[in-house]
Amino acid sequence: MTSMPKDPMLPVPFRIERVQRELSDTFTMEMVAKDGGTFSFKAGQFNMLYVFGVGEVPISISGDPADRSKVVHTTRAVGAVTKALDALKAGDEIGVRGPFGTDWPVEAAYGHDLVFVAGGVGLAPLRPAIYQAMANREKFGRVVVLYGARTPEDILFKKELERWRGRFDMDVGVTVDRATGKWSGNVGVVTKLVARGGFDPLHTTAFVCGPEVMMRYVAAELEKKGVARSSVWVSMERNMKCGCGLCGHCQWGPHFVCKDGPVFRYDRIADMFSIREL
Amino acid sequence: MPGAETAVATAVILQRDALDGLIEALKAKGYRVVGPRVADDAVIYDDLDGADDLPRGWGDEQKGGHYRLRKRPDGALFGYTTAPQGWKRFLYPPKQKLFAARRTASGFAVDPPAPEPQPLAIIGARACELAAMRVQKRVFGDKDYPDPGYQKRLADAFVVAVECTEAGDTCFCASMGTGPAVEAGFDIKMVELVDKSRHVFVAEAGSAKGTKLLKELGGDKAKDADREAATTRVAKAAKSMGRAMDTATAKRLKELPEHPRWEQVAARCLTCGNCTMVCPTCFCTTVEDVTDLKGDNAERWRKWDSCFTVDFSYIHGGSIRTETAARYRQWITHKLSTWHDQFGSSGCVGCGRCITWCPVGIDITEEVAAIHQAEKPAAKGRK
Amino acid sequence: MVQTETLGRVIDEHPFFQGIDAGLRELLVGCAKNERFEVGEFLFRNGGKADKFFLVRAGTVAVEVDVPGKPPIIIETVGEGEVLGWSWIVAPHIASFDARAMTLTRALSFDAKCLLKKMAADPALGYEVLRRFVPVMAHRLQASRMQMLDLYGPDGEDRPAKKVKIEVVKAVKGSKGKNRKADALLAAPEKPLKATRKADKEKASKKQKKAG
Repeated sequence: MTSMPKDPMLPVPFRIERVQRELSDTFTMEMVAKDGGTFSFKAGQFNMLYVFGVGEVPISISGDPADRSKVVHTTRAVGAVTKALDALKAGDEIGVRGPFGTDWPVEAAYGHDLVFVAGGVGLAPLRPAIYQAMANREKFGRVVVLYGARTPEDILFKKELERWRGRFDMDVGVTVDRATGKWSGNVGVVTKLVARGGFDPLHTTAFVCGPEVMMRYVAAELEKKGVARSSVWVSMERNMKCGCGLCGHCQWGPHFVCKDGPVFRYDRIADMFSIREL
Repeated sequence: MPGAETAVATAVILQRDALDGLIEALKAKGYRVVGPRVADDAVIYDDLDGADDLPRGWGDEQKGGHYRLRKRPDGALFGYTTAPQGWKRFLYPPKQKLFAARRTASGFAVDPPAPEPQPLAIIGARACELAAMRVQKRVFGDKDYPDPGYQKRLADAFVVAVECTEAGDTCFCASMGTGPAVEAGFDIKMVELVDKSRHVFVAEAGSAKGTKLLKELGGDKAKDADREAATTRVAKAAKSMGRAMDTATAKRLKELPEHPRWEQVAARCLTCGNCTMVCPTCFCTTVEDVTDLKGDNAERWRKWDSCFTVDFSYIHGGSIRTETAARYRQWITHKLSTWHDQFGSSGCVGCGRCITWCPVGIDITEEVAAIHQAEKPAAKGRK
Repeated sequence: MVQTETLGRVIDEHPFFQGIDAGLRELLVGCAKNERFEVGEFLFRNGGKADKFFLVRAGTVAVEVDVPGKPPIIIETVGEGEVLGWSWIVAPHIASFDARAMTLTRALSFDAKCLLKKMAADPALGYEVLRRFVPVMAHRLQASRMQMLDLYGPDGEDRPAKKVKIEVVKAVKGSKGKNRKADALLAAPEKPLKATRKADKEKASKKQKKAG
């Protein structure tokens, strides 16, 4: 493994091997350590990506945790740094600090039905956990992926979702907020897919990732279905400058989102969800 | 940093002149000696050339939103209470270079920052300030990702603590359990005794380094009476604190996010961030990336930041804490309440700087008291 | 009576009327009818009389708005186990959207006139039907609000100006027909597919030109 320098604030140079356009504003980058080292992480963790001279941004890892040869990030270009990331191409170099943060407890969910609920680009941080679950498919009851996107054109990892949906051991539901007549899939919010069920609420672990409002409604819907709060996990987002609990920016109640999160067990933070401007 | 070693409890009496010897000896050992001196109508912590730089005959007057130097007739060297800015400036400087990056043929290379040229010798640290160092040591001491810079600067520092024999109007370390007596975290601790007949220091070593240095300085063994005089004066300071913190209510603040008091304090708070800058435990930083004009050399700097700015909580699309009430609540709740969850102690050491340096005199102890008062009738506490 | 018994069982099995009192169910049966809609057939049309509602038994129905000069916008899809249409309860009983069968759809339809009469005559039935409709309407309202929030939108910032081909097009291109299997695709790709082929041809010809 590429050893992190003792100073957690020092980026390690990686080379971009491949850039894949996913959506009009979203792209996936595969990169390898310049020193040829491997990279291990747990599903749900993130890296701080440094664009030379521009700045740094926390981005969740979207690749397969079993593949240590490279690190994969799926990013949506919304700010200055992510737009600078978007301008990079194969062969360019990038600084990486990480991996940081808590992970989706895939192994702790053994024996349960596993339900992934994603919204928008929130599918990216869940993908490593989906890979991990499918690599250990026999350990779970049902594996269900429920995904909501803005429009059919905004569906992330479409090819992969189609492949997953073609499997006999995986249930995939996709819905969009709006569509035109060409679309033959579901239209509606992702909570509606949750409401349809298809899992045993008493023996279900759910991993939820998307905009905070979406996660709130999804968690409520799961609860309504009978899934215990302690079996629901969400991934939070806050301002981060360091990624490792030193800068204080991601303070959220008694937590640093970077260190105690981003993945939180819902029952531990549910109360904080309803406090404004916390 | 000293501390873990057993204190060697042989106190000696140092004459006022011995301080010159102390500073010289530290310099000779390669330390950068920093301590109090008067500048800009305040006692500041700065590099010292010798004992003459110490704020001889200066005291201070501190109240909510008020700080004045006052001449004192006794010529005491440590007759002030606290300096506006604590040792955080030295142990965790306001601007730190994280790394430099150079463009290379294949991409870029990262150069770590240069190591600290000299270890620090801190002259005149107060009990509350040592407590703040302990707090920040934990904050920057995550088991996976400690801040190596802070840990090294603190570990290498030589600390000369001076116990308070007087308390200021904004002081409340006694109620926080952090002072005024110094118990750990020093190489040498001293109590300044000034009266008509003499001006001496009762000094005690707290580490092997301290013991060695005290030996070099000479000094007679302190008599029981001297030691008693020192203890009495420090105990007197403990009883004359201008304020007190209701620590039980302080710890409960996280349970009261919807308390009406937040809106009331927000009506006064200017969100200037002064409190966070002078607080000896506030540790938040941001980063700044700079490049030269050609774009071949870049640097990344870490700079103190304040949770009172709107940008502090920015995530794409907007800031989380747009309201003053939310930002004040964030600061005080973290400092007094959720700090316990994260770091096992309060984040407040009772130095009173945030009270003194608040332009409108918002008083952290008063806010807690007001919340306690308002909570009393319905003392249930929401979950 | 065979017909009635079957309809009764269908009503019982559909989640919407699950657990309904047998007596009330009998009243419902009298107004119910089995219907079947081919792909593209409309269950009701915007502006038309809302004289029915449907319990979808199989298939998917798009609730949509026609936009002149553009493909219709789908507001919501209603599938198996769900109920479709509530304008029949609300005066002036005019449908405000189109409901189009996206797939072969089988549904139980209820005659509004028949049912409203029975509901007026038997408040227990009236209450029972409305009691089941109100949550559905509330959920739909909540869902519409969430859709309005545009949660996955780009936060008001402009999207990157450059237009980039979306991935599904690539997927189909490289698939050699494999993912044309009915279960492999999420959206009917016909037009994008053609467009891609055309675009590819153009690209290919450009390349040739460059090479030449």
